[in-house]
Amino acid sequence: MARFIARRLASMVLVLFAVSVLTFLIFNVIPNGDPAVRMAGKQPTEQQIEAIRKEWGFDKNIVVQYGTTMKKLFTGDMVSYFTQLSVTKEIWKGLPRTLSLAIGAAIIWMLFGVALGLYSAMRAGGISDRLLTVLALIGISMPVFWIGALMNQYLGFELSNKLGFELFPNGGYVEFTDNPFEWFRHLILPWFALAILFIGVYSRVLRSNILDTVNEDFVRTARAKGLSERQVLLKHVLRNSLIPVVTLWGLDFAVVIGGGAILTETVFNLQGVGQYAADAIGQLDVPPILAVTMFGAFFVVFFNTVVDIVYAALDPRIRLESGETAT
Amino acid sequence: MEKGPAGASPWRLAARRLRRDKTSIAFGFVFILLVAACLAAPLWAEHVAHTTPEANHLSDTIEIDGETVNVVGFDGVPIGPTWQGEFFLGADGNGRDVMVRLLYGGRNSLLIGITAALLTTLFGVLAGLFAGYFRGWVDAVLSRLMDIIWAFPVILLGIALGTSLALGGLKIGPISIGGASLAIPILVISIVYIPYLARPIRGQVLGLREKEFVEAARAQGKGSLRIMFSEILPNITSTILVFFPLLVANAILLEAALSFLGAGVQPPEPSWGTMIDEGVERIVTAPTMAIVPGLMLVLTVLSLNVFGDGVRDALDPRAKVKVDR
Repeated sequence: MARFIARRLASMVLVLFAVSVLTFLIFNVIPNGDPAVRMAGKQPTEQQIEAIRKEWGFDKNIVVQYGTTMKKLFTGDMVSYFTQLSVTKEIWKGLPRTLSLAIGAAIIWMLFGVALGLYSAMRAGGISDRLLTVLALIGISMPVFWIGALMNQYLGFELSNKLGFELFPNGGYVEFTDNPFEWFRHLILPWFALAILFIGVYSRVLRSNILDTVNEDFVRTARAKGLSERQVLLKHVLRNSLIPVVTLWGLDFAVVIGGGAILTETVFNLQGVGQYAADAIGQLDVPPILAVTMFGAFFVVFFNTVVDIVYAALDPRIRLESGETAT
Repeated sequence: MEKGPAGASPWRLAARRLRRDKTSIAFGFVFILLVAACLAAPLWAEHVAHTTPEANHLSDTIEIDGETVNVVGFDGVPIGPTWQGEFFLGADGNGRDVMVRLLYGGRNSLLIGITAALLTTLFGVLAGLFAGYFRGWVDAVLSRLMDIIWAFPVILLGIALGTSLALGGLKIGPISIGGASLAIPILVISIVYIPYLARPIRGQVLGLREKEFVEAARAQGKGSLRIMFSEILPNITSTILVFFPLLVANAILLEAALSFLGAGVQPPEPSWGTMIDEGVERIVTAPTMAIVPGLMLVLTVLSLNVFGDGVRDALDPRAKVKVDR
């Protein structure tokens, strides 16, 4: 196990390094033109460009440039030339908002995905199964920024006008520490908007997993030893069918925190990390986009490694598959 | 087991299974209709709406039931759906015909989606074939490259590439692409999806290269390229076909997301993504502007997803197909 962890961590460090090089190349090297002009944003003055060229070392060789960029990123002295604010500080500020959104949505999509997938599988072929399949497909096909904007408008804005009081607020965010109830109320619509896609995916995956597992030998054994149908389904079929869904859950959760929530945050004006990058696009303000891309990919790589290690700890077969000899 | 006529090829059996799947065929037909409608955009613009997607009608008026109405009111609110030839779905904030823009925008969205999916398929198949067939250092290099692309959330890599390229355009040797060109979102989207296809293909090729028929071809003295393209490629065609509709669907959605954020198609060029972006800003006064392009998007992606499911069930029901967003 220790060797597995060591190897996994070593490969993580390699991927992190490669990811940082690719991000660096995308912003500092790929396009033609002067990177200093690009960093400076839409309407820079000559002096600004000159200052940025010095600061980032764009006149030095590329290895030094990479070092400077990484140093600026981690010491927190990378600033947006549009707002003059420290990029790292702004990201820290947005992080609790992104986490609040991601955690709540992940719980919702897991609960609904499992419930609907299980129900669909139990009624496989029936009317309610078909209806759920259609709904899941529509959910998968809907862009989150579109359904989110409609929810915001019709359930947030117009419903409040009709009712005379605000059931769901029309976007915005309240800190949990300021008022937990308002925090919850402001996040309900974003949670569901973000969860719709995943509910569709998970219920379909679980449904087909259950239908596969039902034919396994151990299910027949469970029935043969006289367990009730309910016990067979919950204790044997569901538990085994959930394994791939839980893997998916870990990976999707990481992606949502690492930047996948960008559209939801923007539509509901939650001011999280993703929206910080999204707002920078309009100004062509490169440093925030660079930092969010890099940190987002870092987080995904890191989280995937953790998931792998946890899995290996739970299931020795994985350790063996990836090359470690049994001891 | 399904009974087919003696000697029926697996392709013919698959085609028959697909034909029997009425829902999938119906949705495939819906997709073709949508494409046809968007291709006919100039006809609608010229003969029905009498305008172009870029033409502003800010100070124009239009006759509705004998009454003269401003296309864009004095308060800046554009006209809603008129359900007649001109401004069938109303106007946008610049007094442009929403229906005309919807059709032209659809051309761009579909063009980007389909071209990007074709490029992803080309790159993904080549990478998977070379990595799986040659193994060794070729595999190591290509697989690490795939791992790195895979590590990024799709949307973030799209934004990073999209903004960076939109700033200065792209210049590779003699080819020069402007920052506002549609080629940029096409290229960006095709790159981010490569690993989703290349990885499963590499896995299949690793297995196929050990099969007897490959050994037989090698014994006949066929070269590596011949073996890859005439022996192995036909055996991975079904995987490619299963992936393709889903790649198009996700490419169209990613285009919309990138354009919505300003890192895809650049205005005034219409696409469903830029139209939703413009619509959301005016959702309080002119909700049609946001609702309609979104509905087109959902219908297009839904038809591709249902059709894609049908193709998978007909060709390879056990295929594990996953494309992230």
